[in-house]
Amino acid sequence: MPQNEKNAKPIQGPGGRGPRGPKPNVKNPGKLFLRLLSYIMKNYAVHCILVVICIFITVLANVQGTWFMQTLIDSYIMPLMKQANPDFSGLAHAIFRVACFYLIGALAAYTYSRIMVNVTQGTLKNLRDDMFTHMEELPISYFDTHSHGDIMSTYTNDIDTLRQMISQSIPQFLNSIITIVSVFVSMLLLNIPLTLLTLLMVGVTLFSTKKIGALSARYFIAQQKDIAAVNGFIEEMMNGQKVVKVFTHEQESIADFNRINDQLFDSANNANKFGNILMPVNAQIGNISYVLCSIVGGILALGGYGGFTLGKLASFLTYNKSFGQPINQLSMQLNNIVMALAGSERIFSLLDEKPETDDGYVTLVRAKKENGNLTETTERTGMWAWKHTHQADGSVDYVELKGDVVFDDVDFGYVPEKTVLHNVDLYATPGQKIAFVGSTGAGKTTITNLINRFYDIQDGKIRYDGININKIKKDDLRHSLGIVLQDTHLFTATVMENIRYGKLDATDEEVIAAAKLANADTFIQQLPDGYHTMLTGDGANLSQGQRQLLAIARAAIADPPVLILDEATSSIDTRTEKIVQDGMDKLMAGRTTFVIAHRLSTVRNSDCIIVLEQGRVIERGNHDQLIEKRGKYYQLYTGNLAEG
Amino acid sequence: MLKTLGAQVKEFKKDSFLTPVFMILEVFMETIIPLMMASIIDDGVEAGDINHIYVMGAWMVVAACFSLFCGVMGGKYGARASAGFARNLRRAMYENIQTFSFSNIDKFSTAGLVTRLTTDVTNLQNAYQMLLRMCVRAPISLICAMCMAFFISPKLASIYLIAVIVLGIILAFITVRAHHYFMEVFPKYDDLNASVQENVSAIRVVKAYVREDYEKTKFKTASQNIYNMFVKAEGILAFNNPVMQITVYSCILCISWFGAKMIVGSTLSTGNLMSLLTYCMNIMMSLMMLSMVFVMLTMSVASAERICEVLNEKSDITNPDEPDYNVADGSITFDHVTFRYNATAAKPVLDDICLSIKSGETIGILGGTGSSKSSLVSLISRLYDVSEGTVYVGGKNVRSYDLDTLRNEVSVVLQNNVLFSGTIYENLRWGDANATDEECRRACELACASEFIERFPDGYNTYIEQGGTNVSGGQKQRLCIARALLKRPKILILDDSTSAVDTATDAKIRHAFLTEIPDTTKLIIAQRISSVQDADRIIVLNNGVLDAFGTHEELLATNEIYREVYESQTSGSGDFDEGGAA
Repeated sequence: MPQNEKNAKPIQGPGGRGPRGPKPNVKNPGKLFLRLLSYIMKNYAVHCILVVICIFITVLANVQGTWFMQTLIDSYIMPLMKQANPDFSGLAHAIFRVACFYLIGALAAYTYSRIMVNVTQGTLKNLRDDMFTHMEELPISYFDTHSHGDIMSTYTNDIDTLRQMISQSIPQFLNSIITIVSVFVSMLLLNIPLTLLTLLMVGVTLFSTKKIGALSARYFIAQQKDIAAVNGFIEEMMNGQKVVKVFTHEQESIADFNRINDQLFDSANNANKFGNILMPVNAQIGNISYVLCSIVGGILALGGYGGFTLGKLASFLTYNKSFGQPINQLSMQLNNIVMALAGSERIFSLLDEKPETDDGYVTLVRAKKENGNLTETTERTGMWAWKHTHQADGSVDYVELKGDVVFDDVDFGYVPEKTVLHNVDLYATPGQKIAFVGSTGAGKTTITNLINRFYDIQDGKIRYDGININKIKKDDLRHSLGIVLQDTHLFTATVMENIRYGKLDATDEEVIAAAKLANADTFIQQLPDGYHTMLTGDGANLSQGQRQLLAIARAAIADPPVLILDEATSSIDTRTEKIVQDGMDKLMAGRTTFVIAHRLSTVRNSDCIIVLEQGRVIERGNHDQLIEKRGKYYQLYTGNLAEG
Repeated sequence: MLKTLGAQVKEFKKDSFLTPVFMILEVFMETIIPLMMASIIDDGVEAGDINHIYVMGAWMVVAACFSLFCGVMGGKYGARASAGFARNLRRAMYENIQTFSFSNIDKFSTAGLVTRLTTDVTNLQNAYQMLLRMCVRAPISLICAMCMAFFISPKLASIYLIAVIVLGIILAFITVRAHHYFMEVFPKYDDLNASVQENVSAIRVVKAYVREDYEKTKFKTASQNIYNMFVKAEGILAFNNPVMQITVYSCILCISWFGAKMIVGSTLSTGNLMSLLTYCMNIMMSLMMLSMVFVMLTMSVASAERICEVLNEKSDITNPDEPDYNVADGSITFDHVTFRYNATAAKPVLDDICLSIKSGETIGILGGTGSSKSSLVSLISRLYDVSEGTVYVGGKNVRSYDLDTLRNEVSVVLQNNVLFSGTIYENLRWGDANATDEECRRACELACASEFIERFPDGYNTYIEQGGTNVSGGQKQRLCIARALLKRPKILILDDSTSAVDTATDAKIRHAFLTEIPDTTKLIIAQRISSVQDADRIIVLNNGVLDAFGTHEELLATNEIYREVYESQTSGSGDFDEGGAA
């Protein structure tokens, strides 16, 4: 009996994938497939070999079952019918033997299904882990140039199609091939002319699949396009729904929606129609093939040509029936595999991204002063030093971490062709507060991103306590810098854990102390669970001002000697703003601070103000000096105050 | 729920009816064809009647063709019914959403509505098609095959009956168990992806604090967890395949054994044995299909529920029975107005507000975050309905006006404003569909938007990307103001609409309002004291209570909050932004 393995598996639902989806464009599918395979084999080589063996056993068990049908009629039923006192012990014996084979087949089926679960999930886990681990190492520029939606879709959609492929498509593909080969050989052994006839009909099936598939693919592409259009429209309009209401634009919006919705209906209807038609068409071609074979086979058997018997015809007909199916499946699985390969191409391209390079060798160590000399220690002295191991002779220098930062003729561009910062010179002595002012796009944020080496400069030098920052290990460099970004990002965790992010081994008391310093303690106490309140969705349950206070507390607990602050421009109300401002001031006290300033008070209280325009420093000095100069700063300042 | 969804089938009733009909016919044919095959073997081959083979063969071809016709028609109608059902669902939801009030929208959230309109509808579309095609097909096929088996040999068919029951129980058990685990693992899986998302957007924080390793460990723990749960769930599913095989094999062997005995005893023909074995496949396949359909349908129940929520949601703000289509002037009165977003909330958002604004006045509104400034103005155009008290516009209760009339006369520039994909002209004409280019440009001049629009290469035909991502915050705000101006409203409300505009431009806009639309009542919510201090009068709100209402000088002299804000801003914590540089 044709007990092809696929029959026992759930069939994929309608409207889903099939041999009719648009073929995605993969450049080098063979190479990609091999790479994926070797990725799987890396951890699961033994598993995979076992799976192949088990699939082979399963298929063989099926095929031998079909062979048995022939023996059943020809060697047992026919002779038994002729006996006066039929002896069934021979048949019983044969059935027992087949049952054993079947049992082994079923066991093998279970074994490979179970192993495949581990292989699939394990590979996906490894891929996810590798992707995430690798992603964390990527430079900021990667995140600038790739949309977050695209990155996420690699983790969700691409991994999901891969799951489908590894767990279903590959085993079924293998199964289909083994089945086709074994069924084909069996058919050949039974009768060659009938086999040729069957092959002819398979050719017809393939032809119809190709024709219908092409039609359906065309509509499927149209459907994908329409779905994208409808989804895009829905997203835009739902976001603007309140504006629609305010402008009483409901009817127009409905009319627009109906237009593209109808379009989607058309293409979805056509795409699904051709998708649905394929199966019955192929099934009936299969039936006709069956009829043809039974007629021709009947004639052959009646005529007794070439020793063809009734039993052989029965077996052949079951083979005939089981031949078309794996061939159809082969084309279906092939398409799934190509689709999954497109996904794995994106996964591998993420894994192939070049990680952040770090040639730094100067490290940050705890230090103490002994007889005026700086030495390394494991004590918590509150003093830190740069450990500079000279490459030439291996001698070690210690330089105290003070927070002295110098820019020397720095040029920078996000892409090599377009320089956005030109010849920037600046210096900050420990404890100084440096404010950057200038219009949007003047390069304020860019400069701060260079200090912690989110980006590497093209030309010039940045020195930190006299050391070129390229020589400092990135992790240690960043440890020494605190950052409060303009848009605060919080994590799904408690308030306590979010603050502790700045210093993982901080005690609860330290966290509370930092929150107090940042003026965040008051509002945290008022939260439902105080410090143990869960924050979700980037702190969606907090106000803008509160999120900023948490970000300040997070920076405060890290207690870095150098601070980079990006003041928020968003409209927080005056009272909260004052609290935030106050928190920031406390944080800045005694630290070298670079601040992208938006508030007059911050600017006025700075030791040095750098006025930027189009990537160049055009003025520098303190408030009074710059006012006296009557330049751009004066213009900005008075233009502002004229209204205030 | 079924009633709500069923109502959306509408013009596709015929398709929805014909699909199962054709599917049933196809199943009948599939059942008959094996009989014909048996006849070819029994009456043709064994009887040595070649003519019978021809005749039966011809009949079989006819049956196959008819089956093909049914299959194709079933597929065609099924596709149409499900695609149409999906279209109607989307349309019905979309139309209902358009009637939603602000509080309805708040209830669902934007993301929630988008999911319902997209993913959930797709799920239901697939489920509907499955329902029409498979749900009918599988049981009928099962019953037909079973009947035929009984017809051929009740004795042998009873083996199938036992097998079906056993397999059914085992499959149900496996399905329920696996479903249980999957329901547990899917939310966790979503959490994992959410944490990746979080990491991607907060990558600067991660790197700034050198927390890469910390995040990696966190992620690996979570992903190991997911791995364990998935292996558990799918490990159960791995039984499906062998269990099915063993059942089918057992049936085949039993039938072979007993069948052989019956053939020898001349109570069964070889052809019939072949047919029985074919039915065996049909029966088991149908059962498998049923269990799968069951899983798919239960999975789409959640989607169906979410869609029904939207369809059944009634807008809580509706037009009065005999609406007033004329707003006399731009005067506004609040008479003991109390407002809660949520009827059950203990503390009102606005508490007993009484105030009166004359037509043509310019009113500034000041107050801290959470002082309910936005709530106050949203009551004027009935974006929300008051909980107690009355709001009067033009001397009449806002509830007596036609909603469209009221909202066209009261133009609100929302705090979270949105531009739509389309040219600047197209965006502006949201305010007035019939506005000439000249009028559009005029509105932009008033809103100080013309200066930057004219610098764009395509000027007013510049295409605004979705979400207005290709214009800056300040530019977006000015375009939104121009759009609101084109309505030529009697009342214009700016809800913190110039926060990203530099102070000089802000002043220019306000000046233009004063000289160009003197008869329009203007309400300006702002954080900057400079934006409101030259208004005719200023409202100071504090925690939903009207703290003071008076001129700049009066408030400076008498109101503590106002004075505090004034002093803090003029003494230097004001903005030092793109002043003059923009």
